[in-house]
Amino acid sequence: MLRQTSEQFSEQVNLQDFAMSISIQNISKTFGNFKALDNVSLHVPNGSLVALLGPSGSGKTTLLRIIAGLESAESGNVEYHGEDVTHRAAGERNVGFVFQHYALFRHMNVFENIAFGMRVRKRAKEEITKRVRELLSLVRLENLERRYPSQLSGGQRQRVALARALAIEPKVLLLDEPFGALDAKVRQELRQWLRRLHDEIHTTSVFVTHDQEEAFEVADEVVVMNKGRIEQVGSPQEVFDHPANTFVMDFLGNVNVFHGRVQAGFAHLGSLALDYPEYPHDQSSPAVVYMRPHELDIERLSNGRPHLAAEIVRIQAAGAVARIGLQTAGDNLAIQVDLSASRFAELGLKNGEKVFIAPKRVRVFVDRSPEYVI
Amino acid sequence: MTRRVLPGFGLSLSFTLTYLTLLVFLPLLACVAQVVSLTWSEFWSAAWTVRAQSAYALTFGASLIAAMIDVVLGLLIAWVLVRYEFPFKRFFDSLIDLPFALPTSVAGLVYSSLYVQSGWLGQFLVPLGIEAVYTRLAIVLMLVFIGLPFVVRTIQPVLESLEGETEEAAALLGATRLQTFLRVIFPALLPAIITGFALAFARAIGEYGSVVFVSGNIPMQTEIAPVLIVARLEEGQYAEATSVATILLVGSFSMLVFINLLERWSKRHYA
Amino acid sequence: MHSPSKPSGESLRRGLREEPGWVKWTLILIAVSIVSVLILIPVIHVFYSAIAPGVEDYWYEHGGDVATESGATGSASSDGNWFGALRQGFSAYYDNLFLDVKTRQSIVRTLIVAPSAVLLNIVFGIAAAWAVTRFRFPGRTVLISLIDLPFAISPVVAGLMLVLIFGAQGYFGEWLQEHNMQVLFGLPGLILATTFVTLPFVARELIPVMEAIGSDEEVAAVSLGANGWQVFWHITIPNIKWGLLYGVILCNARAMGEFGAVYVVSANRADTMPLRINQLFMESNDAGSFAVASVLTSLALVSLLAKVILERKTRKQMAEAARMEIPAEV
Repeated sequence: MLRQTSEQFSEQVNLQDFAMSISIQNISKTFGNFKALDNVSLHVPNGSLVALLGPSGSGKTTLLRIIAGLESAESGNVEYHGEDVTHRAAGERNVGFVFQHYALFRHMNVFENIAFGMRVRKRAKEEITKRVRELLSLVRLENLERRYPSQLSGGQRQRVALARALAIEPKVLLLDEPFGALDAKVRQELRQWLRRLHDEIHTTSVFVTHDQEEAFEVADEVVVMNKGRIEQVGSPQEVFDHPANTFVMDFLGNVNVFHGRVQAGFAHLGSLALDYPEYPHDQSSPAVVYMRPHELDIERLSNGRPHLAAEIVRIQAAGAVARIGLQTAGDNLAIQVDLSASRFAELGLKNGEKVFIAPKRVRVFVDRSPEYVI
Repeated sequence: MTRRVLPGFGLSLSFTLTYLTLLVFLPLLACVAQVVSLTWSEFWSAAWTVRAQSAYALTFGASLIAAMIDVVLGLLIAWVLVRYEFPFKRFFDSLIDLPFALPTSVAGLVYSSLYVQSGWLGQFLVPLGIEAVYTRLAIVLMLVFIGLPFVVRTIQPVLESLEGETEEAAALLGATRLQTFLRVIFPALLPAIITGFALAFARAIGEYGSVVFVSGNIPMQTEIAPVLIVARLEEGQYAEATSVATILLVGSFSMLVFINLLERWSKRHYA
Repeated sequence: MHSPSKPSGESLRRGLREEPGWVKWTLILIAVSIVSVLILIPVIHVFYSAIAPGVEDYWYEHGGDVATESGATGSASSDGNWFGALRQGFSAYYDNLFLDVKTRQSIVRTLIVAPSAVLLNIVFGIAAAWAVTRFRFPGRTVLISLIDLPFAISPVVAGLMLVLIFGAQGYFGEWLQEHNMQVLFGLPGLILATTFVTLPFVARELIPVMEAIGSDEEVAAVSLGANGWQVFWHITIPNIKWGLLYGVILCNARAMGEFGAVYVVSANRADTMPLRINQLFMESNDAGSFAVASVLTSLALVSLLAKVILERKTRKQMAEAARMEIPAEV
């Protein structure tokens, strides 16, 4: 239901011109010898919720801090809705920023924390009280306004930090690993909550995460980063289904990776030969073959389709997905296959059984660019 | 109770208690016994003479002012040492501890000779009407020296451990640097500042060795309570000396209790 | 709302946690001036004043008639030059320190009193830290705060207490006289007073160190069959040595410099070095008192240096201890 409203909303956004967007052009940043960002450009559309996804050291937090004005870039521009803010101080950019460890003011209670931004702007007392109350109800902390940060749980602190950031009516909301410091259950709840909140307030938001599941669940658009560069930008579906390169493929979840060869219109992986017309040359070239566990099927009989003969070595059937560990005959490659519970029940697989693995979808990368077969 | 695996509990605890009893409790008891042997009016007339009152006022007043000055100077020095880099920083940082290590009589001797009219600093100050020997100002100045490291060394570690992110958060919310200092940094330092203040104050109340050199020790004018105690003792008036000492003790003990309560409060509030 | 013409790039490049350059350098200048006036200049002045009187005398002697004198004696050594001036300065300094009988006695007395007090407080500090950090018992926290009690007592009052006990009219005064013993006006009284004033130093340093290190290693040693003293010498002492040394240095610095308590106890009859400074000052012998003061200042500077070195060591050790604890808890 909520998911649906968000989709409607993002369609509205696409119709508008990008008046509240963030635009980053050719940003570079080095720390000593370390190149944190290497000529990065990115456009964040108005009202969208974008995830910067990447491993640690990929430059995602640095990029977020440059957008906020907490860090300055060596070259390039940052624009908010077409206005160049590259040389504007952080305090004048009117951004909401949620720090990974919240950075709440320890000596101020919840109310005072949220009111801080308005107090330093010398807003009227009644206005402040009214706005803080609104925000407290928005983040569902109505009864805790007199508490100090030390008296709150991690999830509550997180929401105070968010309310504090929203209090100054920011043009953009930036969140650095917003769920990083929370335990698994709270993290799950807060993710959904943040998504719903965004659908309510529509503020253009960017958050940093290293967790692809989190990015996919919360964001409209995912920016995959690695080594100071942007590898791919797209909706979760696009990025997952059509990874631009091996890094994206590798980083986004579980995958079986094999080193094979391409030659004369075929890709070879052990006994498996797949059509690969994109490589017609006679000279063989190394290639990387990716198979997602859920894009593989297990069959008892080889019915003419390309397959790998394998033996089941491990079955873990608890949960919605049955994870089957197999070893291929001949070259002893370890492969993981995820079957739906119903498919698993239908097959009635046993440990030690000899079966055939039929790929539904395989990705072959030669020189990092993906080509699809099947 | 669960950890009696290790030997030596009886020996170490009984030695500790015996040592404390002989060295601290017994002398304290002697002091109390002396006071209790006096009648209330005897005690009061000894402890509350005009001269004594003036000595208490000076002791507590000068200590208070000195501790307040220490807070201002100490905060500034701690800030500079933690936040900035400059030549000879480590050297100046180490010098801060000198008042801890330097014998108080040496401090008193040097200060008295620095600030007299012919002294290195006095030659500039005395013509301006600033007389920093044999005056109340001299006492305050001396106590500022004695108390400075207490303030610097309590603020410094807290300032070092402050999260940079809270300052960034304040800046992002639109606070100026001054607003960030006054509303975010200073309140976070406040417990340390109060502790440092109390430590400097408590130390100043009991200080004798340095002040005796610079104050001139004129009754009713520049005589602090410890000097009065010594004067009474030298006159052989034990009861009077003990009475004055009792007031001084009560003063510093209440400071100690105050420090403890304060530390407990700040731990509860900021942990 | 924003005026785009207002460039704030400067504050951006500087970082949000820094002040403008002029503020920064003004603050540094003020801080350095405060430390210089309050601490550095006095230290320099001590050494200067210890040597200067001899040098001044020299120039006074050699000032007006340098030529005549050098002509008369024909020797360059007595010529009015800086080398000679300094030599006379140092020789007067030496005389002030070692040829004055009372000063010499005061040096010896301090060299007896301070180490004795330190030794007593080392034993106490180790015992107290062992009891307080290795066991849990009712009244433990009270005991910890009682150890700090002497810090809250003015040294003069501490001396007074001892006079009340051991003085002629004191509680033990008569008994002491009958047995022809004296505590005040001599070494026993000086040692007692100094021990009282410096009592918390070693314990205060050891308690956090031993708490941080924890008792796991000692328990392990006991489980392997070591007896109490073996555990103490082979496990505890190697672990706490730097913290202990740090406490000893602080304790010693204070013991050597103690004034108020020993002043009351000695009643001008047995001077330690700080008391001797006062005596010479009263006698208006500035050169003499600064000579003694310079020795004590040198000791204070050495203590500071040792403190800086040891602080680094103990901090490293405590950080290591903290790191060692993590896998044990997981």
